[in-house]
Amino acid sequence: MNSFWDIFQTCDWDETKQSIYTKTSADVERALENPKRNLEDFKALISPAAAPYLEQMAQISQKLTLKRFGKVIQMYVPLYLSNECNNICTYCGFSYENKVRRKTLSPMEIMQEVSVIKDMGYEHVLLVTGEANQTVHVDYFKKVLDLIRPHFAHISMEVQPLDLEDYQQLTPYGLNTVLVYQETYHQDDYRKHHPKGKKSNFQYRLETPDRLGQAEIHKMGLGVLIGLEDWRTDSFFTAMHLNYLEKKYWKSKYSLSFPRLRPFSGGLEPKVEMNDRELVQLICAYRLFNEELELSISTRESPDFRNNIIKLGITSISAGSKTNPGGYAVEPQSLEQFEISDERSAHEIAQVISSQGYEPVWKDWDRCL
Amino acid sequence: MLKIADKIFNSRLFTGTGKFSSSELMEEALLASGSELVTVALKRVDVNEKNDDILIRLKHPNLNLLPNTSGVRNAREAVFAAQLAREALETNWIKLEIHPDPKYLMPDPVETLKATEELAKLGFVVLPYIHADPVLCKRLEDAGTSAVMPLGSPIGSNKGLKTIDFLEIIISQSNVPVIVDAGIGSPSDAAWALEIGADAVLVNTAIAVSGNPVQMARAFKLAVEAGRLAFEARLALSVPHAVASSPLTSFLNE
Repeated sequence: MNSFWDIFQTCDWDETKQSIYTKTSADVERALENPKRNLEDFKALISPAAAPYLEQMAQISQKLTLKRFGKVIQMYVPLYLSNECNNICTYCGFSYENKVRRKTLSPMEIMQEVSVIKDMGYEHVLLVTGEANQTVHVDYFKKVLDLIRPHFAHISMEVQPLDLEDYQQLTPYGLNTVLVYQETYHQDDYRKHHPKGKKSNFQYRLETPDRLGQAEIHKMGLGVLIGLEDWRTDSFFTAMHLNYLEKKYWKSKYSLSFPRLRPFSGGLEPKVEMNDRELVQLICAYRLFNEELELSISTRESPDFRNNIIKLGITSISAGSKTNPGGYAVEPQSLEQFEISDERSAHEIAQVISSQGYEPVWKDWDRCL
Repeated sequence: MLKIADKIFNSRLFTGTGKFSSSELMEEALLASGSELVTVALKRVDVNEKNDDILIRLKHPNLNLLPNTSGVRNAREAVFAAQLAREALETNWIKLEIHPDPKYLMPDPVETLKATEELAKLGFVVLPYIHADPVLCKRLEDAGTSAVMPLGSPIGSNKGLKTIDFLEIIISQSNVPVIVDAGIGSPSDAAWALEIGADAVLVNTAIAVSGNPVQMARAFKLAVEAGRLAFEARLALSVPHAVASSPLTSFLNE
């Protein structure tokens, strides 16, 4: 099977990085003027040379987003089902070696969590787990989907990468979207951060979106964990990956996230810091590169940043999130995957969105679809 | 007056409910537009919720609902969604939107034809969103469509009537109303569509995303009325250059 791996192998990290860092203001200006932007334009827009053009980028990003998506922001919320995990990931609170109590929610506990989430107003839910294939496997996911499908209009999953046959089995159960973040496209660093467990297989993870495309999943989400490696280079590979997928799997929709590494107890310090200006630059660059892409922002970011990013190009936002299994009702005190930065409730965030002249959208899919 | 199936419309401006900054503003703009047919995506509303924020604001005596199947990827899903809409929203009107391509939202002609056939047999008033494809329009007529909705340019693009040559062919040979659906970016685009004989236009993005949706809705209302009046009055033909005396045929008078 042909996959992104074939293309990826022909790319060199250092060369790519250098070509980003040597972009000039002339390259940036060309990218700004060109309404049909390609990967070279994207490089210019994420390069240090684009920093002085941030306001201009934001203006274009806002216009393009309005045209495509309108004055609306989609609301979604994560539901952590399990923190059991056989992987060691140096940056994650659920890493195998971390001494936390492990828990996988039972059907009854899931329904307790669902009831709280529904009271918050949510119709779009994101299921999250670690990777524990003995207990949290396809049959478990089927049971969960069966259980919660009647309660939500749209169900996404952020769980371990699965085989093609698994995805094909899960879509009839109402699975709409799968998020799978590569974490980093730097192979050596990937190995360093994932020394043990199934996740240490870089190629299997890299080829997951191909399998999702073959399974004709409605939507898939990509991204890297910002802080592990040079974010510009990692973001370029993400854009390249996206470009490849869009052309090949044209029936799927795509979304992107830009999680910045957050502290957790005993965790890793980011190797590379990305400041707020740079995150805005990245968000706008993605929008200028791809008008149809959904861009999502989570509670990892601060209230002030989230308030101000609403109008700049993002299309969906989470709020009132808990990042521990049972966090909403069953065991609110258990250890989180990472500390969230924005503690405001879903209701409060909806008000913030409205006050900026945007409509918070709770439902934009239907279980009949 | 415009008649589709058994319904008569005074307004030739059809509208949509998406992309507005609030449902209050949506309601106000729709009322200002004078529109009598408004499309609503089944996926955006909660049909089990009596007080759904969108549906509740569309309850006006002159406003007819046109549920659409946005989100479906093939005929099978479309027929299922249409049946759900009929039951929940108590209307047998359906705007058929089948786009397997979520990026450009291009309509699938094969699946659309198939679904139109089935839905017409099931008693639906079908308004299919399609490319400006004259042959497809004739095939849809045979399949029992109640109107055709060819695009002016890609949906949401505001690029106007890029498909003008094909729209003119469709209009010249259609036995069902022709509604120009996507891409209308400004009132002048809408007026143009009506001038060339389109029976109606459907406008959403250009109103919802404008600086003042209520005022823009009114601007579209006036433009559509003006375009229709112009069509009925028959436009004077434009002449590319001054007409000379008859150099080629003057010998006949000699």
